[in-house]
Amino acid sequence: MSALTPIYWLLGAYFARIAWRAWHGAAPRPRTRTAFYATLSVLFAFGDWMPAQLAGALVLLVAAIAGFWLPESTSSQSAQAADRGRSQLLWPILLIPALTVTLTLLIPKLALSWLSGANVAVVALVVACGTALPLALAITRERAMHAIDAGGDLFEAIGWAAMLPLLLAVLGSVFAAAGVGDALATLLGAWLPLDVRWVAVIAYGLGMALLTMLMGNAFAAFPVIAGGIGLPFLVNVHGADPAPLAAIGMLSGYCGTLLTPMAANFNLVPVALLDLKDRYAVIRAQVPTALPLLACNLILIGVLCFR
Amino acid sequence: MLTLALLPLAVVVLGFAARQHPARVVLLAMLTAGLVALPSVSAFLELVGTQFLKARYLLVLMFALPVIAILERHGLRALAAQLVRGWKGARTGRLLLAYLALRQGSAALGLTSLGGHAQMVRPLVAPMAEAADGDKHGEPSSTAEQSLSGPAAQAPVVRIGTPPLTQGGYNGQSLLRENLTQLARNGSVKNSSEEVRALAAATDNVGLFFGEDLFLAFGAVLLMQAFFAERGIELTPLSIALWGIPTAILAFVIHGARLLWRDRRR
Repeated sequence: MSALTPIYWLLGAYFARIAWRAWHGAAPRPRTRTAFYATLSVLFAFGDWMPAQLAGALVLLVAAIAGFWLPESTSSQSAQAADRGRSQLLWPILLIPALTVTLTLLIPKLALSWLSGANVAVVALVVACGTALPLALAITRERAMHAIDAGGDLFEAIGWAAMLPLLLAVLGSVFAAAGVGDALATLLGAWLPLDVRWVAVIAYGLGMALLTMLMGNAFAAFPVIAGGIGLPFLVNVHGADPAPLAAIGMLSGYCGTLLTPMAANFNLVPVALLDLKDRYAVIRAQVPTALPLLACNLILIGVLCFR
Repeated sequence: MLTLALLPLAVVVLGFAARQHPARVVLLAMLTAGLVALPSVSAFLELVGTQFLKARYLLVLMFALPVIAILERHGLRALAAQLVRGWKGARTGRLLLAYLALRQGSAALGLTSLGGHAQMVRPLVAPMAEAADGDKHGEPSSTAEQSLSGPAAQAPVVRIGTPPLTQGGYNGQSLLRENLTQLARNGSVKNSSEEVRALAAATDNVGLFFGEDLFLAFGAVLLMQAFFAERGIELTPLSIALWGIPTAILAFVIHGARLLWRDRRR
């Protein structure tokens, strides 16, 4: 049992509540939506106690429901107040980031054995939200259940897009296990004359961006491209300085992150959150920044690695 | 073997190119990769299950949703928009540039949670940017009459005999009016508010990505260090973070210039 297990129980209960409301509500496709959220509820609450194969089968079920039967994301702007609210409304919304940051800095100082590393940020966010909720309830004079159901409606409006980052994280691991990235790096190495320095520089920078676009994650692309092109050709053959090579290579990958629907939590979730009609609106808004920056990165690699 | 391992990538490229449902593309790519490379169905399911359970923390933003939803129902976004209308000289580009500086600067200090699409962009940044955009259009916030100015002055004036609508920001009638204004202006319906919201999300991403890499304890920096250490090359986290600075500056300059250029164009 990890420090996050109680948090997953809460999320499981939250999904169960959404499933219950989907079943009893008047919105279309109640059975599909109930099945989707009930499966998620089971995965979140009891995932640690079931065989991994069963969890895997349930994940495939969730992905299939999301891809084939779940209704498209609905408008999440329906319940907007017409009048502007009182200025106290700003306090809870500013409290969440402020408290999260404070706790992220404070918790490691406590040196707790059961809470460390990446889990700290997660727990800090949950505690901050748990503190902001009563404050928000006091200011708006609403009941807790009303707020939780309003949040549930908001989650349903985001719909499958909210689940996509998890499915993509799984896909990245399956790709890694299948050696997909390595195959691409081998292919690039076999076809391109990488013993020419500028060809190797461009193959490295563009390769990082391209593989990041395909895998949705620069972290997954880095070992593949740095191991396939960076180290054997740029460092060992051409004598590049590894520190700028690593740093700027990773940032070339980030340019790829700005360009791909595979980076769902950055590029697709906000489309649903902001109720944009074009599924690729955020990516479109990022292209004029990402492409010039990628070109600059290629030049920077060529200049800074070979001083 | 080489070509078979590339098959899942082909599925991803073709699936998104054909504008298929993303969840469908991911499911199909996952099954293809499993079929091509994994020894058994049981091993495939085990990998999928284990990795999903590890990734559950990604949905932690759900805890912020009740707070945001309830505040929005009481007019949070209209409040944010109203705040911006009170600032003289507020422009979408300038406002987003300030947010970019804040986001990138705090991420470089490791404070990546001072932002985010659910917590900051949707409730605050996007409505503020839209309000700044609306004012630049010369949209009055207290009368229903459109007063077009500048190069568009000759364009037909659109009048809608309804009470003021701008404060709600998102209701159908104000959207309609905005489209009509745009129609009068450009001769085509181009949803400017949609573009502003997308730009707000893009600004959050650019600030986060090109800020966090300067933070010494950030995962990417440690990943790069470990990668080279395993292969006998010792790099300090400081040197990796420092070499990220030129790109970080260029990202700020390029995206910032785009934001300011947007203000000038209007």
